[in-house]
Amino acid sequence: MSDGRPLLEVAGLDGWYGDFQALFGVSVSVAAGEVVAIIGANGAGKSTLLRTVAGLLPRTDGSVTFEGKDLAGVPAHRRVALGISLVPEGRRIFPSLSVEENLLVGAQAGRPGPWTVAAVLELFPMLAGRRRSGGGRLSGGEQQALAIGRGLMANPRLLLLDEVSLGLAPIVVRRVYEALPAIRAAGTTVVVIEQDIGQALRAADRVYCLLEGRVALEGAPEDLDRDRIAAAYFGVRA
Amino acid sequence: MTTANNLVQGLLLGGLYAMFATGLSLMFGVMRLVNLAHGDFAILAAFLALVIVDGTGLNPFLTLAVAVPAMFLLGYLLQRGVLNFTVGGDGLAPVLVTFGLSIILQNLLLEGFSADSRGLDAGAIEDTSLALGRLNVGWFPLLTLATGAAVLGGLQLLLARTRLGRELRATSDDPEAAQLVGVDHRHAFAVATGLALATVAIAGIFLGVRTTFSPALGPTRLIFAFEAVIIGGLGSLWGTLAGGMVLGVAQTLGAQISPGWGVLTGHLVFLAVLAFRPSGLFGKPVTT
Repeated sequence: MSDGRPLLEVAGLDGWYGDFQALFGVSVSVAAGEVVAIIGANGAGKSTLLRTVAGLLPRTDGSVTFEGKDLAGVPAHRRVALGISLVPEGRRIFPSLSVEENLLVGAQAGRPGPWTVAAVLELFPMLAGRRRSGGGRLSGGEQQALAIGRGLMANPRLLLLDEVSLGLAPIVVRRVYEALPAIRAAGTTVVVIEQDIGQALRAADRVYCLLEGRVALEGAPEDLDRDRIAAAYFGVRA
Repeated sequence: MTTANNLVQGLLLGGLYAMFATGLSLMFGVMRLVNLAHGDFAILAAFLALVIVDGTGLNPFLTLAVAVPAMFLLGYLLQRGVLNFTVGGDGLAPVLVTFGLSIILQNLLLEGFSADSRGLDAGAIEDTSLALGRLNVGWFPLLTLATGAAVLGGLQLLLARTRLGRELRATSDDPEAAQLVGVDHRHAFAVATGLALATVAIAGIFLGVRTTFSPALGPTRLIFAFEAVIIGGLGSLWGTLAGGMVLGVAQTLGAQISPGWGVLTGHLVFLAVLAFRPSGLFGKPVTT
């Protein structure tokens, strides 16, 4: 962004998970080209934050601004067309579609850009041999790769990755994270929710730590030490 | 010889039942919505054809060119304006709303056309037949089966090969994830209902040529459609055709024993399938 405005600006956001308020005045700012990690304990509101940005949760207070445009009232499917892709927790692959069809349906919004079926298969070679396989027949790692690929097919400016390494073997997690530089090089900004704090600190330019629905800590990994992170994560004073 | 003849007639009748059942199956498949007014929409289409035939003198088959797009549009608007507000809940709301729609449609038709039985006259095709050895097979029942197969095959191709089909299958799998790839699930639902009413419009007009119809006939047709879907197996379009044929054969062979037994035999076969093979002949085994 040449005018110095952030790509995504979340200001004073209250969010609800059903009837339960999960976010209290959360403010997050993401600049174009950054990789931002969001960490926090279970129930801290990380997923609610991403789902609210993606437009899946109708009830919100506060503002979400993307490329200077207020997203209030914009439904989820149109936010994809604006350039926001959420790779949801649990992958949510379409089981009755083949791998290739899962990717093709990801391009439904019709945004032009570098990501095509061929480009995604090059990024995740483990999928290349499984083009015709049913989406429901993949391993967890293949599903995660496919879910990310499906998100990329919309050629998003902002890619939101929810619980990207949950339930995956460490070697598969490493392979998924190895794809990040290529995604970034294609001009996509990434926000990732990560349970593994070490992984988050290695991969991200900046880290937000949520605690009980509020931002407890924010900064670049090199400015944060273990004690401050532990305090923000668990809510105890070290 | 009579039995062989009835067997063939039953198989051909299956094409009509499959046409009735396709839309029901599609709507349930895409949005888990059971449309209790499905049969009444078929009758509505038959009356629409009747109005056009009375007004212009056209052959009933030509009215398909108007009735099918009109019913598609009606289905689309019905889903956007009413039914979309009922999906996604506990499943009871769409049942209640479509039950109400069924009653409204029947009474509007009764108001507009009286309770008299009416028919569509398609001309010579209705009573000419093709001699196959010692069997005489009517051209119209043959055309019905061919049309039923074409409707199912066309729908199958649409779902399997096109971008719209991908959108519908993705929405059926997971409406929320579909939104995340940019699919407007409310639009996809409305297209599914539009397609369902377009197919049942064809069924209604073929029914009107085959036999007489009156405003209160919808619910009976709905039961046959349900039976065809369940016998064939939920979620399998070709299974629906087979289910329609099994139902058709059961009804014609039953009627051979005694005229009053036709419909009853169909119901008994349906109950037997429910009891011994609840996932249907071609459905995937039920998992809970």
